[in-house]
Amino acid sequence: MPRISVTVDGIRYDEEVEPRLLLVHLLRDRLGKTGTPIGCDTSNCGACTVLLDGRSAKSCSVLAVQADGCDIVTIEGLSTGGTWHPMQRAFHEEHALQCGYCTPGMIMAAIDLLHDDPDPSEESVREGLEGNLCRCTGYCTIVRAVRRGAREMSQKQEGAATS
Amino acid sequence: MIPASFDYVRPSSLDEALETLRDQGEDAKVLAGGQSLLPLLRLRLAYPGTLVDVGRVKELRGVADRGDHILIGAMTTHYDIVTSPIVREHCPLVALATATVADPAVRHRGTLGGSLAHADPAGDLPAVARALDMEFVVRSADGERVIPAADFFLDYLETALDPGEILTGIRVPKLGPGWGFHYEKFHRTAQAWAIVGVAAAVRRSNGTIEEARVALTNMGPTPVRATAVEEAVRGAELGAGGVLRAAASRADEDTHPPADLHARPDYRRHLARVLTHRALLAAAGTT
Repeated sequence: MPRISVTVDGIRYDEEVEPRLLLVHLLRDRLGKTGTPIGCDTSNCGACTVLLDGRSAKSCSVLAVQADGCDIVTIEGLSTGGTWHPMQRAFHEEHALQCGYCTPGMIMAAIDLLHDDPDPSEESVREGLEGNLCRCTGYCTIVRAVRRGAREMSQKQEGAATS
Repeated sequence: MIPASFDYVRPSSLDEALETLRDQGEDAKVLAGGQSLLPLLRLRLAYPGTLVDVGRVKELRGVADRGDHILIGAMTTHYDIVTSPIVREHCPLVALATATVADPAVRHRGTLGGSLAHADPAGDLPAVARALDMEFVVRSADGERVIPAADFFLDYLETALDPGEILTGIRVPKLGPGWGFHYEKFHRTAQAWAIVGVAAAVRRSNGTIEEARVALTNMGPTPVRATAVEEAVRGAELGAGGVLRAAASRADEDTHPPADLHARPDYRRHLARVLTHRALLAAAGTT
């Protein structure tokens, strides 16, 4: 079986994997990263979105072997020292979830969006999250949360730059 | 859903990939970005014995300006194409249509070459390839050949690629000044395939349309050029009422649209006419 090495949420793992093992199954079943849910399993819903070498990817549509040597960040890797990531906090404060199943993917896709557009308009958020489906709250609070998270992230960066 | 078992090979050079393909024969399948192939494997609609992952073959990535055309490496991702200054300047239709492919996460991994070699008639880029008369550079262990887009798509998910061949690059002709472009797509959600799509390129001069190219997504087992529309619109005066609409009403001539969950053939014919009109208007700059 192929041997792969991946870094997930800052920790390196060396694993022997069957070629057909999907990245999402590696994360959940082998590494215990159950914060990344499996939604539709057909790459439609975006619930399993993670950052793969810094950019969003649907982990149900990537083989674990394809991720060999890559750096992966899941929803579990966002908080630091018990403090939530600003985007997690914004989702909480704007009540941008109901059942919460889509939330990890929404947050990862939102963080990815800010790479290209650090201060997204409402339209930009809606387009940037087009690959992520929510089936309970609707999207208004999610859009508000992403814009709030973006503002807080840029303030944090400005603060870091001036301190 | 878990794919059936397969062997996995990850060559680091094109030559190594071609040797592997030659040795494995028809049982091998090239894995590009995997955004179409992995869903097929998971749904158990494909059973390759070996996947040849060309994801680490660096020579297959990138966009180059080659004078009268641009050369896009087959493994260049949709994201890299949408953000490429060369593509946006010289082949804007490619950037416009690629920006509508699925969603950002899929565009990070999906590739132009993979989409074309997958040859799903509901995919957006095959029609763009037909509209722009792209040329496909193909390599095997025996050498290189170039296949025009018109000869590449043979049937549903079937191309002119032989089992030992890899699509390495796509030549996109520069059309020069005076052209306008649009890609019009009708679909339910971002990730859903186009129910019908229309790629249009229109060259204007002195208030008339001198030349138009129109190609249709998902109006048959392969992407097709709407030649009746192209002929009808040639010489049309912009602003003359109804000319574009009349031309667009011929969009579904000689097509064989499929029936599926989303649309019956007659509805697809209707969509082709309506969307072609919109695409022509936008490409001609009159909207």
